[in-house]
Amino acid sequence: MTDLAWINGALTAARPQAVGALLRYFRDMDRAEEAYQEACLRALKSWPQNGPPRDPTAWLILVGRNAALDGVRKTARDVALPADDTISDLDDVETPLAERLDGSHYRDDVLRLLFICCHPELPATQQVALALRIVSGLSVAQIARAFLVSDAAMEQRITRAKARIARADVPFETPGAVERSERLAAVAAMLYLVFNEGYSAGNDGTRAHLCDEAIRLARLLLRLFQTEPEIMGLTALMMLKQARFAARFDAEGEAIALEDQDRTRWDRKLISEGLALIDKAMRHNRPGPYQVQAAIDATHARAPTAAETDWVGIDGLYLALERMQPSPVITLNRAVAVAKLHGPAAALEMIAPLEPQLSGYFYYFGARGAFLLQLGRSQEAREAFDRAIALANTPVEAAQIRRYLDRLMVEKVS
Amino acid sequence: MLYTLLCYNKEDVVWSWSREEDDAVMARLSIVHEKLVKEGKLGPSLRLLPTTAAATLRGPDLVIDGPFAETKEQLLGFYVIDVENLDAALDVARQLSAANPTSVYEVRPIALYVPDARPNAPTQMLKMY
Repeated sequence: MTDLAWINGALTAARPQAVGALLRYFRDMDRAEEAYQEACLRALKSWPQNGPPRDPTAWLILVGRNAALDGVRKTARDVALPADDTISDLDDVETPLAERLDGSHYRDDVLRLLFICCHPELPATQQVALALRIVSGLSVAQIARAFLVSDAAMEQRITRAKARIARADVPFETPGAVERSERLAAVAAMLYLVFNEGYSAGNDGTRAHLCDEAIRLARLLLRLFQTEPEIMGLTALMMLKQARFAARFDAEGEAIALEDQDRTRWDRKLISEGLALIDKAMRHNRPGPYQVQAAIDATHARAPTAAETDWVGIDGLYLALERMQPSPVITLNRAVAVAKLHGPAAALEMIAPLEPQLSGYFYYFGARGAFLLQLGRSQEAREAFDRAIALANTPVEAAQIRRYLDRLMVEKVS
Repeated sequence: MLYTLLCYNKEDVVWSWSREEDDAVMARLSIVHEKLVKEGKLGPSLRLLPTTAAATLRGPDLVIDGPFAETKEQLLGFYVIDVENLDAALDVARQLSAANPTSVYEVRPIALYVPDARPNAPTQMLKMY
């Protein structure tokens, strides 16, 4: 007797590797997906009675492949036999499965699958949608809800992405070292997109689920590529951010700033895992943007209270990040540390030159308003907040600024 | 006789559990734990972070990211140490390795540590051989 919740968990966990392997056999995304679905249906019938197989992933690949080959053979009675290479290499069929399912195959199957989803020809929104559909196995309706679009629109987006992939020449051979690291970087960027899609959604449960999904896929990637410090960094970064989830919103669903959060509500299990990973990444002495960002979040996670935050450390990390990826947004973030260390006037001076580049950026005016407010320059603060509120992308962002404006109103009255 | 029970499972499944699922399993386990505590049978117990957080020391200098993956060697014992970070933990492993050069040390951060709950927990070395 195998519990259904266990089966669902096992099917979800096996999906990227199984679909990746089936894609290697069939070289066709739709066929790989159908084969996987057929295998899942058979698992749901067989596992509760016979107990789960020792290696559920290998079982699903074998059963999925055989089911699809049966399908091919049935249609082949009417149509001419398919060319060998559409079934896959004959080698694959002949070689005992167990031998083929070693770690390196899994690695490249999963990497290829993820890489196809973040193919450079696809716009970011299609990359994320395709990955959630193909790799994570979310339904079209679930993804549509996460992106706040209709089912039909999402269906179309995914179909278009698949068509584009089919047209594009996706390499199936095992990637070389250089190409593998390029693929890994693209996959990491896509996973961070999935995460941010969920993270920026506020406390909307459906979308927040995307954060957990991104972490799950990052863990998978990390198990396959154990020596990549940037993958460790990315995973740690997402864990340390997600650890704050329960503390990020009040009962009305409004955002709570980091320094006002109830730190007892941070998820210590995720934090300890994130800290262990960043610790491990740093040993490599190959810093990268994900590691530095994770180190910033790790600094927050280590501070028992907001007042005990190591702002000198955070300032230094932002400086390192600025050097790696010069960007006005990073400078803006560093200004928050500078304000803590040297006061709001220094921070204000630092961000002034950024205004031309960030004139359409909500956070610029939010930060500027906050610095001006600390300096008691209420009128200018109000102007900055008014511009911020006009640029807010979500109700959560707008509410954040409205609280500042309310405070200004109260001050004016008193 | 003292025994250690080593728990194995699929970590990709276990670490994909939602918080509710995880809490439910821990709650079921805690019923067993409490019973063992009452019976004075439960020594220290712990839950490890996933193998993705592991590093392995082989020989004096070779640190490998990830868990101990070979099947040629068998698990013979373990230490619980309290140190600042992974580097410090590896340093301890290096000292042990120098004393016992053929051993391999997998370093795994601990996620949850429950101290010895026995009323008469031994404070001195117990030698069974």
